[in-house]
Amino acid sequence: MSGLAPAPGEAVVYVDPARRARVRGRARRDALVGMASLLGFVLVVSVIVSSSPGWAAVQETFFNGQEFISTFPGLLDAFWLNVRIFLVAEPLILVIGLLVALARTLQSPIFLPIRVVATLYVDIFRGVPTILVIFLLGFGIPALRLQGMPKDAVFWGTAALVLSYGAYVAEVFRAGIDSVHPSQRMAARSLGLSMFQTNRHVVLPQAVRNVVPPLLNDFISLQKDTALVAVLGPIEVLRRAQIDASSSFNYTPYVGAALIFIALTIPMTRFADWIQSRSRGRRRAGGTS
Amino acid sequence: MTSTILDVRGVWKSFDDHPVLRGIDLEVEAHQAVVLIGASGSGKSTLLRCINGLETVDAGDVILDGDVDVTSFDTDLDIVRRRIGIVFQSYNLFPHMTVLDNIALAPCKVLGRGRAESAEQAKVLLARFGLESKSGEYPDRLSGGQAQRVAIIRALAMEPEIMLFDEITSALDPLLVGEVLDAVRELKAGGLTIVMATHEMTFARDVADQVCFLHDGVVLEQGPPAQIFGEPMQPQTQQFLSRLPH
Repeated sequence: MSGLAPAPGEAVVYVDPARRARVRGRARRDALVGMASLLGFVLVVSVIVSSSPGWAAVQETFFNGQEFISTFPGLLDAFWLNVRIFLVAEPLILVIGLLVALARTLQSPIFLPIRVVATLYVDIFRGVPTILVIFLLGFGIPALRLQGMPKDAVFWGTAALVLSYGAYVAEVFRAGIDSVHPSQRMAARSLGLSMFQTNRHVVLPQAVRNVVPPLLNDFISLQKDTALVAVLGPIEVLRRAQIDASSSFNYTPYVGAALIFIALTIPMTRFADWIQSRSRGRRRAGGTS
Repeated sequence: MTSTILDVRGVWKSFDDHPVLRGIDLEVEAHQAVVLIGASGSGKSTLLRCINGLETVDAGDVILDGDVDVTSFDTDLDIVRRRIGIVFQSYNLFPHMTVLDNIALAPCKVLGRGRAESAEQAKVLLARFGLESKSGEYPDRLSGGQAQRVAIIRALAMEPEIMLFDEITSALDPLLVGEVLDAVRELKAGGLTIVMATHEMTFARDVADQVCFLHDGVVLEQGPPAQIFGEPMQPQTQQFLSRLPH
């Protein structure tokens, strides 16, 4: 109890000191318990792994420091190809995804063929495993020996990734378009905006905003899947690691390749989480934009 | 000298097998305010949506200014909607645009006015309704009353000949109803033709030139507010009015 009655309209925050101490004490204890639990877990796992009968051999084959140092620069070099594949594929995927999603929302009967093609595209490329698409395009099309068709494995590998991911991203965009409440469309049309203007200025900006987190998720997935192009032969990071591993009979290069991917995807994942929590927070707070 | 600006003739509309409008007739004269009253589900909102072509009708005509039939398959509804504005119960502001952009969008894109000119006009309208300080805000930052007034301004910026109001105060905190109704009063005073579905009977009595009682998809009774509220003829009208809190 305190005799401090706040004056009317005065903003006063009052928390009982005893309660505040209790709450702080509990938070400190929770942090300590969490730390101890985590340490214990790590300890148990390391003991189990390092005391396993094959540990010495595994350590030699997968975590060989010498091997790591000698192969890692080559892996990084090869990874540049993965980065380039990603950088070329991602914008194309966004464009295709958006166009296909829009095509599927067309209503006029004259656009039926476009709608059918878009639907078939999504159905097929979402259904076929990405690695199969890479095989089929990478080995199939060059075998046709068509005049003027590129024979480059990187080209067809990238094209396969674009087609496969384009289908996924089209569905993400479509979900985003569906997530815009019909009353927004109605309000826009009631102001005399045409169907096209309504999509362009009212529906799409909101739809794209809604799907940024799932799109980032697909980006992360694509970063990893650039390694699938290895099946066609170009020397990107996985292929490089394969070559290194088979020449020395040591698998450390694989671990090196994995570390490179992780180094890139973890920041991206955190970024996606941050974007997601920020947009959630805004919606809750009724914030701007 | 009065002239009919909007003539609704025998409009029918059903959703699936559920009839909502069953032969509605309604005449609106220029510069008048017509208020639609009636229980929820009596067809007020559907009628308003049929008037500016947001819903297609099953039968009947909606004649705008003696020449354009809104219900005709050949009518360009985008043009009709420039002439008839509508404001909804749920504001439906565009959440990704500032208040100013919400208002300036349609004049800029539909009427082809310049960006600067549309923005200037939006500012003038905001000032007229005491909202000039909100022009840079996003809709989420507005109170319900402010949001609804912005929605009114947005429709007004297209300089429509007729404004439709679809229960625009029904979603508002009671304390905020007044500011929105004052905006409608101001429009009426400015000579705009208004068709308004509402449950605000005091306001209807105050502002309406004609009151229409809708019941089961027809206009059951129509007249000046003094007559409808003072001596309703139809038993259903009497019953509806007697159930309202006074």
